Amino acid sequence: MSAADNVLLDSVTRIFRDLADPRAAGADGDDWRATLWPALEDSGVSRAWIPESAGGAGADMADGFAVLRSAGAFALAAPLAETLVAGWLLARAGLAVPPGPLAVAAAGADDGAALDSGARLRGAATAVAFAAAADRFAALAGDGRVALVARAECRVAEGANLAGEPRNDVTFDGARPEVIGPRRVAARDLRAVGAVARAAQMAGALEAILDLTVEHARGRAAFGRPIAKFQAVQHELAKLAGEAAAADAAAGAAADAISAHGGAPARFDDRIWMEAACAKIRVGEAAGAGAAIAHQIHGAIGFTEEYVLHRHTRRLWSWRDDFGSESVWAAGLGRMAAAAGADEFWPVLTRPWAAEAAAP
Amino acid sequence: MTAPLNFAPVRLPPEAEKLRGEVRAFLAGEIASGAIDPAGGGAFDREFSRRVGARGWIGMTWPKRYGGRERSFLERYVVGEEMLAANAPTQAHFVADRQSGPMLLRYADEETKRAILPRIARGECAFCIGMSEPESGSDLFAAKARAEPAPGGGWTLTGRKVWTSYAHRADYMIGLFRTAPPTETDRRYGLSQFLIDMSAPGIEVTPIRFMTGGHEFNEVAFDGARVPDNALLGDPGMAWKQVTSELAFERSGPERFLETYRALEGLVRLIGRDPDLRAAEGLGRLIAQLNTLRRMSIAVAGMLAEGREPALEASLVKDLGANWAQALPAAARALAAFAERAGENRPGFDAMLAHATLIAPKLTIQGGTREILRGIVARGLGLR
Repeated sequence: MSAADNVLLDSVTRIFRDLADPRAAGADGDDWRATLWPALEDSGVSRAWIPESAGGAGADMADGFAVLRSAGAFALAAPLAETLVAGWLLARAGLAVPPGPLAVAAAGADDGAALDSGARLRGAATAVAFAAAADRFAALAGDGRVALVARAECRVAEGANLAGEPRNDVTFDGARPEVIGPRRVAARDLRAVGAVARAAQMAGALEAILDLTVEHARGRAAFGRPIAKFQAVQHELAKLAGEAAAADAAAGAAADAISAHGGAPARFDDRIWMEAACAKIRVGEAAGAGAAIAHQIHGAIGFTEEYVLHRHTRRLWSWRDDFGSESVWAAGLGRMAAAAGADEFWPVLTRPWAAEAAAP
Repeated sequence: MTAPLNFAPVRLPPEAEKLRGEVRAFLAGEIASGAIDPAGGGAFDREFSRRVGARGWIGMTWPKRYGGRERSFLERYVVGEEMLAANAPTQAHFVADRQSGPMLLRYADEETKRAILPRIARGECAFCIGMSEPESGSDLFAAKARAEPAPGGGWTLTGRKVWTSYAHRADYMIGLFRTAPPTETDRRYGLSQFLIDMSAPGIEVTPIRFMTGGHEFNEVAFDGARVPDNALLGDPGMAWKQVTSELAFERSGPERFLETYRALEGLVRLIGRDPDLRAAEGLGRLIAQLNTLRRMSIAVAGMLAEGREPALEASLVKDLGANWAQALPAAARALAAFAERAGENRPGFDAMLAHATLIAPKLTIQGGTREILRGIVARGLGLR
């Protein structure tokens, strides 16, 4: 896929530009509901990962990730990634996807939802992104069954991430699903798609803070010249560019791996999981390192409310934690590689994903 | 989008993966027969290079009429990384394959190309690079070694080159010599590149030992050495431009992040199949970082395959890759700290770690220092 061919990306980026300027007052508030969300639904992007046969846009997975990268560059304050991932999960489970903003309640390591014998949801999901803003949840039970459940059926606690976006603990106390999917979905596949979605958003945000920081360094004068002329500043900006480029490459490769799998019903193989792990880890590291450089070069203006930088950096810091932090993914990835043994280490690192070796 | 962020995913094509299997089988055979020793030893091995050449894996992207195979840069990438991962002794063909050959392809005359490129491709012709001098390293354009028109044709070379890897083994050098003074407005002007037969009279090679005692570096003194007219590569005075494109080939390859790789493999062996949480997490991070570097390097190979000249992207990959490879020994050392001291895999790991630790300082010097590379990236960002 090339960006030029991505009609969806072009049209959605136009919507972001018109209706989601991160520099606008109130960009982080609830304003997205009034005009932005209807525009996104009209464009079809919120249903990008739902097959056409199920009433979706049936877009290539990579096109959806490219849209999320752009959303990250605009510090989009709306649950677009959540709705896309929820749509993917529901469609994969064989369910029709309702309109409106959705959230993903996944069975995590420390918590989890279960469907009891009466087909009621029990258990909990922690720090669910945009739960308080979603109409419904796509809930993945520990046994792989997927339930669509209305928010009103669940207890949703107060909570927010560092960027002020809703992050809510959700308790299912016998919640009655609207419908349960006929097909099961692997929790690890859901985490991979979620992680790569966040990696794409972070890659976009890193590009945005690189642009902002370069612009600031060229415009801000000190000691009689633009600070961009100081070698110490130039080298920090070069490091920031390196982190942004690494994030772009890592997120792009993982999106490509998932895209190559396409809509195949088979579970992701280890290689796709590994590419997702690498993306979440490396992009998360870039988010931390990149945000630190951007703030240092901006000086005091960078941590004021009026200036736009924090809309990106607070998201970067927060997104690292969603769908598994760098540490959690790294422990899993390290265990997987170690278990294969030293003689298989290089072959594991270089193994192509199944579709790569047969790519067009 | 900001200029250097051009790392759209590139998939390795099926033929590249097929080739990977062939290279792996070849290297396994070499190791099994004792022909090469992955634990070190002769990095410069003409016999090995001949066998690699016979397989068609040197100059493999070049036109067939010059001994090449007209294969893609992505296939070349795969051969390169497999050789590196196996610590194969590629030094007798590495430089010629990576940059001297492509340089000749672009700038040498037909006679030279026909004479030399097929020899390189057969693994019979080793090159060294004469850029740095006693008083010019990173500041390449301060080079003073000079080439003057010789009476009766050709050029006379005078001056000194330093840090010249394998000059004592190489058949040829591509060297940077001043043919005119810089102009007032362009200090880059006036340098030219020459193809130099290292067996010519008037060239003296003196070893400069590494801090490990190893001999790779040399000083090369030119005292009136003669080269023919067609030794001049490209346009006189314009070497700076040619060198810039050479660097796109030189800077983005997997050698930029795999030189200390064996310490990582040794670590995996040391911590075993069921590592503790700390070792597992640390290993996972290193894998993610390495995988990302691979993806970036493959993306640059993809750009080369499209005929583009991704000098900026290459500089970015080299900076990230060399810094990572340099930091790798320290990371491996820390993760190994709580592994069994007396385990059977400890001596092997310790040896790999020692080697990696001692070569780490050069990684951010060779092929452009960290500071020079960051300056290039800063220029790409429009800061200079």
